[in-house]
Amino acid sequence: MTFDASVVRRDFPVLQRVINGKPLVYLDSANTSQKPDSVITAIDHFLRNSYGPINRSAYLLASEATDAYEGARSKVRKFINAPQAHEIVFTKNATEALNLIARSWGSTNLGAGDSIVLTHMEHHANIVPWQMLAAEKGFEIRWIPLTSDGQLDLSDLNTLLDGAKAISFTAMSNVLGTITPVEQIVSAAHRAGAIAIVDACQSVPHMPTDVQAWDADFVAFSSHKMCGPSGIGVLWGRESLLDAMPPFLGGGNMIADVKLEGFKCAELPAKFEAGTPPIVEAVGLGAAVDYLTSLGMESVRAHEVEITAYAMRSLKDRYGERITIHGPTSPACRGATLSIALEGVHPHDVSQILDQENICVRAGHHCAKPLMRILGVTATARASFYLYNTESDADILTDTLVGAFDLFGM
Amino acid sequence: MPGLEDLYREIILDHYRTPRNRGELPPPARMAEGHNPLCGDEIHVYLDVQGDTIVDVKISGQGCSISQSSASMMSAAVKGKNINDVLALVKRFKQMMSIEEENADTTGEIDTSIKLGDLEALQGVVKFPVRIKCATLAWNTLVQALESPER
Ligand SMILES: Cc1ncc(COP(=O)(O)O)c(C=O)c1O
Repeated sequence: MTFDASVVRRDFPVLQRVINGKPLVYLDSANTSQKPDSVITAIDHFLRNSYGPINRSAYLLASEATDAYEGARSKVRKFINAPQAHEIVFTKNATEALNLIARSWGSTNLGAGDSIVLTHMEHHANIVPWQMLAAEKGFEIRWIPLTSDGQLDLSDLNTLLDGAKAISFTAMSNVLGTITPVEQIVSAAHRAGAIAIVDACQSVPHMPTDVQAWDADFVAFSSHKMCGPSGIGVLWGRESLLDAMPPFLGGGNMIADVKLEGFKCAELPAKFEAGTPPIVEAVGLGAAVDYLTSLGMESVRAHEVEITAYAMRSLKDRYGERITIHGPTSPACRGATLSIALEGVHPHDVSQILDQENICVRAGHHCAKPLMRILGVTATARASFYLYNTESDADILTDTLVGAFDLFGM
Repeated sequence: MPGLEDLYREIILDHYRTPRNRGELPPPARMAEGHNPLCGDEIHVYLDVQGDTIVDVKISGQGCSISQSSASMMSAAVKGKNINDVLALVKRFKQMMSIEEENADTTGEIDTSIKLGDLEALQGVVKFPVRIKCATLAWNTLVQALESPER
């Protein structure tokens, strides 16, 4: 089956919406993605027929709900090629998964005199939890800088990793689209005796993922960016690490026994899933994984390379030097996220003008303020393409930007 | 649906392209920094206050056309003015932006006879609720600067 984005687009009810006689041009999937019929239906069906508590009761609904919830875990395991399903921990989102790693693994393994490595292109979700912990524990944070074309500058990687206990980095930048060399970084980390944590929020929705090929130690991502519902995220971790870690949140579901003197933790993954989990959301995420699998992640990636090349070429052909697209120039080394700068027009004004044609882009700092400072801007306008975006979406974007230059052209 | 012409009036674009009172004032001039955390707009307001009068004002920073033109118009409107008149103008402007002040009784009545002049051009922003914060950033920063001691 060949991949045809205009056919895929029909699977998404919201994209059929017409506002003021014009189609919706949704170019904000790096922020959050739209949901296909199959995900909406799976959630609806589950709520109407099988909703119940998980793990606690003997009756039929409870066992159906448990199967659905655990079924989602198995689907996620397979989707990222994790060795074992119980290494998949459901969280609220990627941010919570990263906080879990920092609080649980970090607080037991990092202290004064230690160091970890981050990069200049991280999302705040992979900076602030470490800064919070560093303020308590007094360890050092080292930073991998960027090259002028928005790649990680790995020339001092081994020096930075020397003596470090962990490296935590993004597999794909949510601002520049840069795809980072995950396997190379992980193997350098392991040679240096550090563990490797991958923020895969932007990569998992857009390309095949194999955590064993990466050889990573922890991987975090969010359902809402991969056609699933909001409210659930995924942490995958190596069993040996997860087993050795203390729990993150305490409460129901995460215990094997509680006495007045203390508690004993449940086995994985319950140990890290305190309280009633996002049951409905897990069912939706499972359906999203099925949906993406049926399209094929290789095909999704191939489509995105194509649409990125097309959009970059159209924008450059039309506006030349008056437009800057931050990050790598080759579509093969980047995702479909284009942070653009128009000469003389502020990103807010760009997004306002695009809104007139129902074009949804994000203007702002994209939760990556350190990176913004390095780029020398306070904001960018970010158009991010996904599996449902067509060349026509790119054309409408390119055409509508004329209005921005007309209005603000100095 | 409101059109772009409601938002981007010619006078706004003029202030954006040629901002008035741009620059900085050396200490001891008062200074305050305003940020719009959602979008990263930044405004620095410098004030030279002598007695009850704003003798000089300078604006620096960066942001969208609405935040920058609002700052420019504000600087023109407050330069040389008495502080009490300026505070009354701030209230009047916020009223135009549909912003209800909390504890309104302690901040006094809004004097609707105050002329807004060029500032009226910013009225269209009200139709674009997400941009109201852009328009009011400079004004909130101005109030902060007035409350700051000399440096
Ligand atoms: C690279 C990256 N990391 C982390 C996050 C945080 O994801 P969430 O807000 O779903 O927790 C995002 C999304 O905004 C992201 O793009």
